[in-house]
Amino acid sequence: MINPLLSVEDLNISFGSGDNQLKVVNSLGLNVDYEDFLVIVGESGSGKTLTALSVMRLLPPNALFSGRVIFKGKDILSMKDDDLRKLRGKDISMVFQEPMTSLNPVFTVGSQIAEVLLAHENISNKEAMDRAVGLLGSVRIPSPELRVKEYPHQMSGGMRQRVMIAMAIACSPSLVIADEPTTALDVTIQAQILELLGGLKEKTRMSVLLITHDLGIVAEWARRVEVMYAGRIVEKASANEIFLNPRHPYTRGLLESLPGKKGEKLVPIPGQIPRLNELPPGCKFTTRCRYVIERCHEKEPDLLPVGEGHFSRCIRAMEI
Amino acid sequence: MELLNVQNAKKYFPVGKEILKAVDDVSFSVGGAEVFGLVGESGCGKSTLGKLILKLIEPTGGKIIFDGIDVVKAHRQDLAKVRRGLQIIFQDPLASLNPRKRVLDAVGEALIINRIVTRREVKERAAYLLEKVGLNADSLYKYPHEFSGGQRQRICIARALAVNPKMIVADEPLSALDVSIQAQILNLLEDLRKDSGLAFLFISHNLQAIAHFSDTAAVMYLGKIVEMSPSAELFNGPMHPYTEALLSDVPKPEVGGKREKIILRGDVPSPIHVPPGCPFHPRCHRRFGPCDTVVPVYKEAKPGRWVSCHLW
Repeated sequence: MINPLLSVEDLNISFGSGDNQLKVVNSLGLNVDYEDFLVIVGESGSGKTLTALSVMRLLPPNALFSGRVIFKGKDILSMKDDDLRKLRGKDISMVFQEPMTSLNPVFTVGSQIAEVLLAHENISNKEAMDRAVGLLGSVRIPSPELRVKEYPHQMSGGMRQRVMIAMAIACSPSLVIADEPTTALDVTIQAQILELLGGLKEKTRMSVLLITHDLGIVAEWARRVEVMYAGRIVEKASANEIFLNPRHPYTRGLLESLPGKKGEKLVPIPGQIPRLNELPPGCKFTTRCRYVIERCHEKEPDLLPVGEGHFSRCIRAMEI
Repeated sequence: MELLNVQNAKKYFPVGKEILKAVDDVSFSVGGAEVFGLVGESGCGKSTLGKLILKLIEPTGGKIIFDGIDVVKAHRQDLAKVRRGLQIIFQDPLASLNPRKRVLDAVGEALIINRIVTRREVKERAAYLLEKVGLNADSLYKYPHEFSGGQRQRICIARALAVNPKMIVADEPLSALDVSIQAQILNLLEDLRKDSGLAFLFISHNLQAIAHFSDTAAVMYLGKIVEMSPSAELFNGPMHPYTEALLSDVPKPEVGGKREKIILRGDVPSPIHVPPGCPFHPRCHRRFGPCDTVVPVYKEAKPGRWVSCHLW
């Protein structure tokens, strides 16, 4: 068996200490294969963004974490800072939700792309700028030789996100992590950006780890899906399985709460997402679950196989 | 019965020496207990239109009649009457609630100012309103920060309901909420329409929500309505290429969800420099001869179906 490109093992992330300690990510494990397209779905507070940040070891300084994040055989969480710097932006890169806050307003986009290249490759300024023009072209920005001299504020939201993607792919990384890359954009622009990301993935054979709350994006792009709730993965499967054969009440609830035909009453998930300091004992979804029984409160279920490559954290997975 | 009638509404903003036409010649009407859905991308003018209707901003031109009252000409008393009948809820419920006011005070203020009940009855009435939006009476004494996003939106709805309105302008009421909560709020709005006969102007960029909730739908682009028709027809057979592209671009949560998409060229142009001819022509996948020079007429191309496109 080939080792996966990235494997996260028993990852725990928490904030605070003693009685005030909040566990945001709980014993999480996941794999990203070579040339994979893995999507993590979850709502706010599910821990999906922190999981992504931990892969780059970009967690906030007050975060407490344990576990292993193995990328190409090396543990990122225990790596020396120098080694980490060589990795970030080169072999793993990241695209964030809000392109305006990720770009520096006082430098041209060209110099910001060139900076990535200069940091990781032994090339001249001139070569770096030339490559920046090429990269802007490959993310389909019209007249890149002019645009390269522009500042972020001169561009639209969609253009800025293209610049972020150009920076992310500048050093041909093996893994691009995209955290809600289209959430700040309109649907017609979202379609452009996803099409671009998918096309680049095919062309460069990089892996993509995409984080979203939008099940529509999952259906169109994911090869595999992991669903997160309250800091845990509650279901994982191939994209088709998730839609045809959901085996966790939360996944099922998410699918049923999407607006469909007019006149059909929506079936929302009742209640609220629990606060992290108010999580119930046993299964964390019991407060909102339709299928809850006595046994659910006793012990938190394990993530167990329910089919070929399909796992669910529910004791009634086969009944629902 | 017609509740709201908007005729040729305009709102222009001066930008330096130039003019930004945020809302340009928009007409539509909404009947009692009807849901009118308004969809469009950021900057198309849909929120500006929502605010014009309540005269929260002064229109540049046009006529807005709500429940027999001319909103544009209305002052003080008449305007107060309009706003008793016509309420608004916004996208971000936290920003619409005073952090230092308890729920009782926020909802109660509307009740007292408008003399809906006496001071002694405020508590009882507020509790009734909260129950109507699915919150229990304990909530009366809490502050906005003690609630989740979905609950806060319910408080805003309860406050809007305090004055017994006939219609609510809902400006992106779901956008700030999580997926599992959006369905709860959408169901609540649906119940209010059914039980209390409330009409809605439902503004959203979420096409599925518009398709689900509205009776009539209109698509805005660069300040103008480019297509308007009964919602089912608009979503099943869009006539304007822009509507067609919008619908094709929404990722569908179903197996084999990946279909041929219409990827529009480029970005929405600046509303200050609207392209000549059809404003949509630079991005249009169906453009032909007259599109870049002749402005298409907004007309009823089929019964009940309004569109501005040279194809029809």
